[in-house]
Amino acid sequence: MSTFNSADIGAFKDVWVFCEQREGKMMSTSFELISEGRKLADERGSQLVGILLGDDVDGIAKELGGYGADKVLVCNHPLLKVYTTDAYTKVICDVAMEYKPEVMLLGATNIGRDLGPRCAARLHTGLTADCTHLDIDMDKYINYLDTSSTLDLSNMKFNMEDRNLKMTRPAFGGHLMATIICPRFRPCMATVRPGVMKKAEFDQAKADACVIEHPAFTLSESDIHTQVTEVVKAAKKLVDLIGADVVVSVGRGISKDVEGGIKLAEELAEVLGGVVGGSRAVIDNGWLSADHQVGQTGKTVHPKIYVALGISGAIQHKAGMQDSECIIAVNKNETAPIFEVADYGICGDLFKVTPMLIEAIKAAKAAK
Amino acid sequence: MKIIVCVKQVPDTSGKVAVNEDGTLNRASMATITNPDDLNAVEAALQLKDETGAEVIVVSMGPAPAEGMLRELLARGADRAVLVSAREFGGSDTYATSQILAAAIKKIGLEDDDVVFCGRQAIDGDTAQVGPQIAEKLGLPQVSYVADIHKEGDEITCKRMLEDGYMTIKVQTPCLLTCIKELNSPRYMSVDGIFECYQKPYEVYGYETLKDDPLIDPSTIGLKGSPTNIFKSFTPPQKGVGMMLEGADKATCEKLAGMLAAKHII
Repeated sequence: MSTFNSADIGAFKDVWVFCEQREGKMMSTSFELISEGRKLADERGSQLVGILLGDDVDGIAKELGGYGADKVLVCNHPLLKVYTTDAYTKVICDVAMEYKPEVMLLGATNIGRDLGPRCAARLHTGLTADCTHLDIDMDKYINYLDTSSTLDLSNMKFNMEDRNLKMTRPAFGGHLMATIICPRFRPCMATVRPGVMKKAEFDQAKADACVIEHPAFTLSESDIHTQVTEVVKAAKKLVDLIGADVVVSVGRGISKDVEGGIKLAEELAEVLGGVVGGSRAVIDNGWLSADHQVGQTGKTVHPKIYVALGISGAIQHKAGMQDSECIIAVNKNETAPIFEVADYGICGDLFKVTPMLIEAIKAAKAAK
Repeated sequence: MKIIVCVKQVPDTSGKVAVNEDGTLNRASMATITNPDDLNAVEAALQLKDETGAEVIVVSMGPAPAEGMLRELLARGADRAVLVSAREFGGSDTYATSQILAAAIKKIGLEDDDVVFCGRQAIDGDTAQVGPQIAEKLGLPQVSYVADIHKEGDEITCKRMLEDGYMTIKVQTPCLLTCIKELNSPRYMSVDGIFECYQKPYEVYGYETLKDDPLIDPSTIGLKGSPTNIFKSFTPPQKGVGMMLEGADKATCEKLAGMLAAKHII
């Protein structure tokens, strides 16, 4: 093995993406990261390399080429079939020490966020968590600041020769954004929030041309200090309001057809990949159980999307949801206080609007 | 058996967050709390203490006022507290922080039947990195996102949450677990605990205490030793007043879906 020194930054090249698979199926975030990695490799004038670990997973490697990977390093081993921190860290670090990638991206999944820090600590380099934007070219970064920050760029000086990866992420619950660099060590590592980077158009010719390589590595039982005794795919937990990315809540507005209203909320939640909540009125009337309650006496949520159907927006309810990233409200009463905190409001009957909204969102997602 | 719990004092971002004009956080104007996931880690430790009589040691790196938080945790039932605090440690990123905390844990002494607990992540940075990085620096196996813990002898069985389910993982002590809020409901301070918390052992580890550990090297700790640096921080453009869409028909819904898709919200 060649010598490895993370501070010898000139020895590093190429952009790597850790391509996560579970049960032999590629996670969709891997395609997003490959698509984003392609842009960075082009800015850097280097190769984009996927690294894929599993057991007999050559069959899912070429598809990564269709989204931009020049090459995929595939590491097959029975002990890599199911994720363990120890095995994955060892193989990735051993291969990275040999190949010396300049940039390494991982999805900020529950597994990527377990693996990334362990690898960064072993390689002695920096890792930036949950990035939402990445740049190498300074002019592209300045352009990004221009549209996405309140900074006055006119009196700021930038070093246009700066070739560091600029990793931008939300901090303090999204109240601040921070751009992080890792100037003295390589690889420069980042985990990226799933769903943020856009998947490129799939190109079959590029997939066919993608090179598959099998790097040498060693791995044995004695390298692994945890034992996975079962992997359980849970039926979606009924109400994980706090952990949910999307919450669709119903209020008193469903009173004329409680069952129908809840069913519509469930359908919309299903389409958006979320769960159903309710206002205090809904819980007090016994329409939904107490664990669904959003508000001061219920749960405080700040999902990516909060939809309020037929909720007037009492202060106690708003206290539980107003920090959501995007709030959509549907209410018959145009003076309902919920509209004061909503990003998007539709004044109308939820029983008429919701079915149309479900169809429109389905269509918009299909078109992506 | 010892259970060492790493905790952090954080600004309460659930309330109003004050931002200075230069885009940095106005910490002085914000209340501080114990990081929520860390309270679950402390509770998990206290439950193991109830079962096994283990000693619970809370460790925090931070400025002197973090003593208040540590005393509170002693009042909840922890036996001993260590504050890791020095000018040299300031400005550390997650890598440097994990070097320092790992050195502090070595100083406390980690034996074969000991366990280290952390919260999954802190609400100020949301990185979830320090726990796994401490484990790497100490050469310990780690299990993150732990929602259930059973200990039998030197074997711990954990429920480790995934986005779409969970894994059951067995691990031997010594090991490091990062805890999520689904694990338990933290207990309150007891009246007796409040009386006792100033009598319990409380230590401060400064630079001098830890400097002989090879992990404590000026090139790997503090602002200068941190691999990552903040290049810029800024506030996102203010959320405008919400947009009331015209009408409530099919076209309205399509327009809304289109805007959500364009902004990658869906």
